[in-house]
Amino acid sequence: MLKPSERMKIQRQPMPEQDAQKRACNFEEVNCGYAADAASTEAQRCLQCKDAKCIGGCPVGVKIADFAEAIARDDLAAAADILFADNVLPGITGRVCPQETQCEAVCVRSKKGTPVGIGYLERYVADWARENRKDLFEPPNPTGKRVAVVGAGPGGLTCAGELAKHGHAVTVFEALHVAGGVLVYGIPEFRLPKDIVRAEVETLKARGVEIVTDVVIGQTYTIDELMKEEGFDAIFVANGAGLPVFQGIPGENLKGVYSANEFLTRVNLMGAYQFGQTDTPVIDASQIVVVGGGNTAMDAVRTSRRLGADPATLVYRRSREEMPARVEEVNHAEEEGVVFRMLCSPVEVLGDDNGWVRAVRCIKMELGEPDDSGRRRPVPIPDSEFEVPCQVFIEAIGTQANPLLTQTTPGLKTNKWGNIVVDENNMTSIPGVFAGGDIVRGGATVILAMGDGKNSAVSMHEYLMKSDGNGKASG
Amino acid sequence: MFKIEQSEWLAPKVRRLVVQAPRVARRHEPGHFVIVRVCDGGERIPLTIADSDAEAGTITLVVQVVGATTEKLCALEAGGAMENVVGPLGRPTEIEEFGHAILVGGGVGTAVIYPQAAALKKSGNKVTAIFGGRSKEYVIFEKELAVHCDAVHPCTDDGSYGYHGFVTGKLKELLESCGDIGAVLTAGPVPMMRAVAEVTRPFGVKTIASLNPIMVDGTGMCGGCRVTVGSDMKFACVDGPEFDAHAVDFGELTDRLTTYRDQEALAWNRLNGCTPDPAKGESGCKLRESEEAAANQ
Ligand SMILES: Cc1cc2nc3c(=O)[nH]c(=O)nc-3n(C[C@H](O)[C@H](O)[C@H](O)COP(=O)(O)OP(=O)(O)OC[C@H]3O[C@@H](n4cnc5c(N)ncnc54)[C@H](O)[C@@H]3O)c2cc1C
Ligand SMILES: Cc1cc2nc3c(=O)[nH]c(=O)nc-3n(C[C@H](O)[C@H](O)[C@H](O)COP(=O)(O)OP(=O)(O)OC[C@H]3O[C@@H](n4cnc5c(N)ncnc54)[C@H](O)[C@@H]3O)c2cc1C
Ligand code: FES
Repeated sequence: MLKPSERMKIQRQPMPEQDAQKRACNFEEVNCGYAADAASTEAQRCLQCKDAKCIGGCPVGVKIADFAEAIARDDLAAAADILFADNVLPGITGRVCPQETQCEAVCVRSKKGTPVGIGYLERYVADWARENRKDLFEPPNPTGKRVAVVGAGPGGLTCAGELAKHGHAVTVFEALHVAGGVLVYGIPEFRLPKDIVRAEVETLKARGVEIVTDVVIGQTYTIDELMKEEGFDAIFVANGAGLPVFQGIPGENLKGVYSANEFLTRVNLMGAYQFGQTDTPVIDASQIVVVGGGNTAMDAVRTSRRLGADPATLVYRRSREEMPARVEEVNHAEEEGVVFRMLCSPVEVLGDDNGWVRAVRCIKMELGEPDDSGRRRPVPIPDSEFEVPCQVFIEAIGTQANPLLTQTTPGLKTNKWGNIVVDENNMTSIPGVFAGGDIVRGGATVILAMGDGKNSAVSMHEYLMKSDGNGKASG
Repeated sequence: MFKIEQSEWLAPKVRRLVVQAPRVARRHEPGHFVIVRVCDGGERIPLTIADSDAEAGTITLVVQVVGATTEKLCALEAGGAMENVVGPLGRPTEIEEFGHAILVGGGVGTAVIYPQAAALKKSGNKVTAIFGGRSKEYVIFEKELAVHCDAVHPCTDDGSYGYHGFVTGKLKELLESCGDIGAVLTAGPVPMMRAVAEVTRPFGVKTIASLNPIMVDGTGMCGGCRVTVGSDMKFACVDGPEFDAHAVDFGELTDRLTTYRDQEALAWNRLNGCTPDPAKGESGCKLRESEEAAANQ
């Protein structure tokens, strides 16, 4: 065992990356993952705090110090067991969690230097496990209870996995033709390879979770029908916050204006970057402008770059420090040659005579007083408008709750933004119907959706086990 | 996989497919559509449900070959299968007591008005259908419509069958002669629906058009299907696809439908192994060129 002072001397191990010039032209993963020695060195940086703050920083409470300790002594099987006990999708969260605001933010080492690379280690163990670990899942005794999960995003998948562990028969209904939610339609291959998502979904299936694609709840079945006609004893709703918001500026219906969702769906889910092998097209553009400052904006602009846009420009109304995107993505985008135009906001999309986008007119902003979010409010500077030429303009300014399901579910309480209201057990206003993830929180994160899935599964298990033979709660 | 039970040509380039999709069939109402993917790697395209049989678990699609995906779809024979069918999507037609309702269908739009005709009749309306095509061989669904309609008026551009002229000509005649028309519902090519809206506007008759913008997911997630109705942006897949025809911005819809013209031509060429000669002004897509020539007539 190293002494803390020895551990303190070790420098944070850098994540090996694909060369920036090269990767700006391909869709392969940017981060290559730690080699074995880098991983164990990084794991030794963990000071093994008695009161490990990092665990509290993790929305699903992964025993971080324990799995780091196991990595440090090269016992990856043990590390994997510790990790999987709290997080069923570590290969995904290790890649997409905003560690810098969660576990790594509270790591004591960040006070005097850089935190332990918790996300990198998590990814390392998950990738090792995918290759080497047998699923030791013992099929539990069936409880005879049936649960429907709406939406196969991280929230729904996590909940399904947890409920299956208890022996409930789980069916996941997914609107699209593949499972994964934002993980497959939104987050690009170069950040989260789809094989990883597929592997996680296969694991769930092997554990008995049934996944039914091509079913839109609210259209194909209503919630009421699932309970009354299809015989489900409880339902978990995790249909995400998938309705794109447009800014409402002139010119948004010109050819060449996309929501980030449409652009990313075409490219990622439908494979438009391989048009020819696939049938779904995306508009060819040499200059692309993306507006927004979150992960979605970052994914859209980096995807644009990979499709050949030069420049691929990101327009954001505040300054770089205020961008909600993961810091790593912002840095990667910059390295890949994305042009940042901070403190400006689009006011109009300009078209040519044939109805195609030719430029976007922006206005410069300055930061005024802090707003409700505590960030300084951007204020337009009069007479500062300018044009940025582009053929495609992508809006990544946020999403709202999709009303498709809530509208067809009488008695389901929502708030003024259309998000489903739940109690402390994640149960909605309809007994037996639980909800979590983005549909409850608004656009949040993968790990928070998973946390909701996990917590809901606990409440649902309780609910199911105290309900009578007819599946109706007796209390 | 979704099995094809029946597959047959109804008219040149128009095929009727009966598909096993029990979940869709049990909830189908007039106005609903599905999104299908023919094969892995394929595009997601929207198609109206022309008919359904909840007991047999089937839905009927009527598909016109206009590009690569519809060509692949129409190559499927009975016994074959489609990769994905999701639905029913969209809001169903609002079936009201209009008194006398006129349905105007063009091309495969005739299949869209068929379930509407049945439902309107069932709820006590007098129903008249006007539908047509270029010539006799393009007229579809006449027998089926006749079952539910009080009157059917097939029309052909060349006068080879039924009324000689466009559907809008016949519609105008009826609007002028019958005082009892409470609503006009229309589905078909955009220029036709636009013309229908212009014909009914002076009469102040409620007119509903079934719009067909380009779609991807069909669940409100992408916004690609957005259309302007009045001063609002609407997502046709969840807010429609039927809207007040007098408020729809048809010009914008027409324009947005041309977004992928170049890529569509590429896909078509690849599928059919043809090489266009740009010097001769060929886009490469023979089918497309003939369709365009017809549309410009
Ligand atoms: C481009 C992009 C990048 C992001 N990057 C990050 C990141 O780096 N890190 C991070 O933590 N978070 C990121 N996020 C946010 C994160 O992806 C979401 O918070 C998370 O996916 C929410 O999970 P969910 O399970 O609630 O919903 P979703 O992932 O949205 O999944 C919902 C699923 O439900 C399906 N569905 C919807 N309606 C129905 C219905 N009626 N019936 C059946 N199925 C339905 C949808 O098709 C979808 O598959 C990103 C989001 C986007 C859009
Ligand atoms: C709600 C709805 C219902 C529809 N119902 C039917 C139906 O019952 N039968 C039928 O044959 N067609 C229907 N369509 C149109 C059908 O979806 C398109 O013809 C099809 O997507 C064309 O695909 P393609 O690859 O064969 O042609 P492409 O090569 O992609 O396109 C050929 C031509 O079709 C237009 N087009 C492309 N995509 C669409 C689209 N999604 N919608 C409309 N036009 C498009 C293009 O602008 C182009 O001019 C419907 C469309 C919508 C939105
Ligand atoms: S098709 Fe994507 S929102 Fe309508």
